[in-house]
Amino acid sequence: MITLRTERRAAAAVIYRNFSLIRRYLGWELVFAFYNAVNALTIGLIGLTQPGPGQGMRVLYLSIGALLWNFLSVLFFEVSNSVMWERWEGTIEYSFMAPIRRVTYLFGVCAYAIVYGLVRTLIVLVAIALFFHLPLAQADLPGALLVLAASSVPFIGLGLFGAIMPMLSAERGAQATQVIQGVILLVSGIYYPISVLPHWLQAVSWLSPATYTLNAVRDAALRGAGVASLLPTVLGLLAAGALLVPAGLYAFSIAERYALRAGKLKRNG
Amino acid sequence: MYAIECLDVQKQFRPEGDHPWRRRKEKVTALAGISFTVEEGECFGILGPNGSGKSTLIRLISTLLVPDAGVVRVFGHDVTKAPHEVRRLIHRVSVEASFFKKLSAQENLDYASGLYGLDRMAARQRAQEILLRLGLPKDKIRAPLEEMSRGQQQKVAIARALLTSPTLLLLDEPTTGLDPRSRRDVQEFIEEIRATDRTTIILSTHDMQEAQRLCDRVAIIRGGQFIALDTPTNLAARYGGGNGLEAAFLALSGEDLSLEEELEA
Repeated sequence: MITLRTERRAAAAVIYRNFSLIRRYLGWELVFAFYNAVNALTIGLIGLTQPGPGQGMRVLYLSIGALLWNFLSVLFFEVSNSVMWERWEGTIEYSFMAPIRRVTYLFGVCAYAIVYGLVRTLIVLVAIALFFHLPLAQADLPGALLVLAASSVPFIGLGLFGAIMPMLSAERGAQATQVIQGVILLVSGIYYPISVLPHWLQAVSWLSPATYTLNAVRDAALRGAGVASLLPTVLGLLAAGALLVPAGLYAFSIAERYALRAGKLKRNG
Repeated sequence: MYAIECLDVQKQFRPEGDHPWRRRKEKVTALAGISFTVEEGECFGILGPNGSGKSTLIRLISTLLVPDAGVVRVFGHDVTKAPHEVRRLIHRVSVEASFFKKLSAQENLDYASGLYGLDRMAARQRAQEILLRLGLPKDKIRAPLEEMSRGQQQKVAIARALLTSPTLLLLDEPTTGLDPRSRRDVQEFIEEIRATDRTTIILSTHDMQEAQRLCDRVAIIRGGQFIALDTPTNLAARYGGGNGLEAAFLALSGEDLSLEEELEA
């Protein structure tokens, strides 16, 4: 019982720490939110460049991409960024010296990333809703939200893999996570159907959970696909998460053991 | 049972910039077979020049490194096989006082106490008592760490360690670079917790007077090996010709630590 309480408090401490950091960097947070919102609007505006019927649907198609990418990229980035931040500040030795299970620490990191990602996406959603008159009459919003929720699980797994690299090298790790994020952006059909990609790249796109998420959310929002028809995708995303999260935790534990052997956690001294 | 038991502990590192696809550089030996024991309640000092292996030894005891060979036990728990049990008993203060610099002392300490599962309000109360005892002005507790002097940051680091009431406290050059007043505050506080809590302390330092004042026994480390281990008085008498610990250290290692510390500061 005491252990459970200890672990719960530890996970809450990680969430508290990250939100405290947001408060201290509030100016930057506002700038990021503004940039995200403007970025999403400019992408949505591309949908208006071609005249004729279907303009609204094109804007909606692009806006879904912008919104989902906003959420999934924030989720992935924040999970890896939490470890990266600890490396920059040199606090990782103190966090890892605490008598808690590593999974508790990472649970706190992931829980924060989900809440933070949702808040950032909500801001962008409000901006899009105010700027465009999106045709949502046919949309099945519960279905779209269900897919979004299911997609967070495999993205947390990917984030755990992403967190390994900054643990081993603060600077190069940060660079590597940006590259991974870039590849996911390219292959997942965020702003275009994957059929426009070169054939060899289309094969890669089917490995990205974002591809399935976008297809399913667009089915729900543009064609009104209901929960029942989205269920196979939801189950697929959850299955991918069930594979990626334990694999990410396992890989993280192996990387941590290597870091402890090679002395990679220290900042100096 | 010993508080610490180290048996033939060895550790090497690959130098920075060493990659498998290039010609491998020679490994650097940080610890070359160190054996010693520390009794419960003892204050054990480690004296040595930079790069002699002091911090590596403390990191090994802290479960932040894994030894290449040998055994490190903390109150009977092997640091490699049972790190979780060891972590319940220890805390460490390092020379660089690592914190989230944008956060205040209180926010950093809230995070630290949460990681150890402590009740936040009780921990805040205790942290405040420790910080005031260490001479940190009350209004500084809510100020970002980046606005504090190094001495003040080090006091917060000590409060972070003591919040968890560790059975074994690992102090890695806790007073290096501090002004004389802060140094005295910290040393007095270490004496106080030894007297009240019977905490076992490992103290690595460059300061001979500090070692003489606080430590029951002192080991002199050089090149990853202990070259002498005894009480400060016996070391001074045997190697320093009765001229204090510094003379003993100079005779044993041929290096002047006070110069090193001045350079670091």
